[in-house]
Amino acid sequence: MEANALTAASPAVNDPSGTPTRVPVVDYLVLDEQPYIQAQCCNACGALYFDRRNACARCFATEFSPRRLAGTGKVRAFTVVHRAAPNIPAPYMSVVVDLDGGGVIKSNLLGVTDPQQIKAGQRIKLETFTAGVDDDGTEAIAFGYKMDGDEL
Amino acid sequence: MSSGDIWIIGASMTPFGRFADQDLIDLASTAAMDALKDAQTTMDQVGVLAMGNVYEANSHNGQRLQKQIGQTGIPVFNVVNACATGATAVRVAMMAIASGETDLGLAVGVEKMGKMGLLGGARKGRTKTEFTPNGRYGAVMKTEGILGTSLMPGVFAQAGTEYALRHGVSAEQFAKVAQKNHAHSVLNPLAQYRKEFSLAEILNAETISYPNTLPMCCPTGDGASAVVLVSDARLRTLDPDVRRRAVKISASVLTSDPWTESDQVQADINTLTRLAADQAYEKAGIGPEDLDLVELHDCFATAELLHYDNLRLCEPGGAGDFIDSGAPWRGGTTPVNVSGGLLSKGHPLGATGIANLYEVATHLRGEAGDRQVEGAKVGLTHVVGLASACAVHILEAAS
Repeated sequence: MEANALTAASPAVNDPSGTPTRVPVVDYLVLDEQPYIQAQCCNACGALYFDRRNACARCFATEFSPRRLAGTGKVRAFTVVHRAAPNIPAPYMSVVVDLDGGGVIKSNLLGVTDPQQIKAGQRIKLETFTAGVDDDGTEAIAFGYKMDGDEL
Repeated sequence: MSSGDIWIIGASMTPFGRFADQDLIDLASTAAMDALKDAQTTMDQVGVLAMGNVYEANSHNGQRLQKQIGQTGIPVFNVVNACATGATAVRVAMMAIASGETDLGLAVGVEKMGKMGLLGGARKGRTKTEFTPNGRYGAVMKTEGILGTSLMPGVFAQAGTEYALRHGVSAEQFAKVAQKNHAHSVLNPLAQYRKEFSLAEILNAETISYPNTLPMCCPTGDGASAVVLVSDARLRTLDPDVRRRAVKISASVLTSDPWTESDQVQADINTLTRLAADQAYEKAGIGPEDLDLVELHDCFATAELLHYDNLRLCEPGGAGDFIDSGAPWRGGTTPVNVSGGLLSKGHPLGATGIANLYEVATHLRGEAGDRQVEGAKVGLTHVVGLASACAVHILEAAS
């Protein structure tokens, strides 16, 4: 099977100076110098997908191209999780984000657990962090968001 | 009465709760036998069986049920469709009748969840020694809790805050939904929990996933429900007492989630509910203002509030005002979840979509006892499961 653009775009980052190998926690996170989220964009209608599709779920067209999404956006929905999955520190805030220029994504809002801090239109920006290290010393890099703008 | 109509002539549900001494087929058999008895019929009259169950769906439960109550060689459909499983089983039986294959069908929904816990699908995190991309997103580790939450409490909490950020709903307004449903449950002897809570008790309870506290989340549990359905032509041949108690299915609609820009990250419970409701109202020639009672899918308190709007029970964006007005209380203008709802009646997944038909049918027959909505003639049931299936039924009393 042909490698799809998503996986090809997110190789492990090797640095000869000895810094650890880094891999993105999911392949739609691209670990460039400035990390960014990449979606597959339907060439016909512009619908965005984080995984591979055989045809566009919206318009049924079959051609897609990678598209870099914005690192900023607004909170569309949120929750503060108190009863979390095993091994996940709680409480933490989960957010659904409307990205500037298109795309909706879900991740954590870092450093905030007070629901009163979230107002309609709250602006946020992308942030990456190390989510774990495996036995070979490879770091898994995840993404979340942090508050951006006046509310900081 | 027109020739295309399909009627409920028997309906039943077991109590919902946790029953260690009864297995899945015991519960299903009780519900099936009770529904057949209620319909004054027997297994030899049944021309199709549809069996809804989620967690043991690969165990040919319909055939196992037949071995318990009567094996006659009829077609059996084992149905699974998330939280709309029971309602989907009803539709399967209806379609067999509508197609003319048979004129009498039995639909059963059953689930045995025990005390599986609120987080349901959450598995223990696996310990990876080497990061290797896995699955459709090339994930090198389990992402629940790292890239947001997609467990049920979190999904329905985020669905609630999305509406709240748009329309200014408060945490207290969400909590009022749970206050109402727990108060209603006190009158329902079949409910898993029958305890009233004050608004302060609900707001101050353990937060599960903001804004839902523990009494704002439905329990897991065991239970079964069943309905017996007949064609219009068959109904005309039946005993006058069966005809008098018959309930007409004026609309039965099943939808799945159409594409939206957000549904790949956050299951959309709204669009498919609106689609189903609008089709059901159109089909039945009935509007939301005509409804005497509604049983809707309050798996979490936040969800019920959204569905006031999705089912057009309130002004667009006005779900918060609707609960404040008292309209969805048992004595209000549009009583919602007088059974106690999923929040207190319980939510054994496969049974839920038939149990709400049982509840509405019981009111339309005037047989709901202490919780009877006086003079109820028209009711609506709604279930929605991720990701995603939605069923809406509109029922009318025999006139």
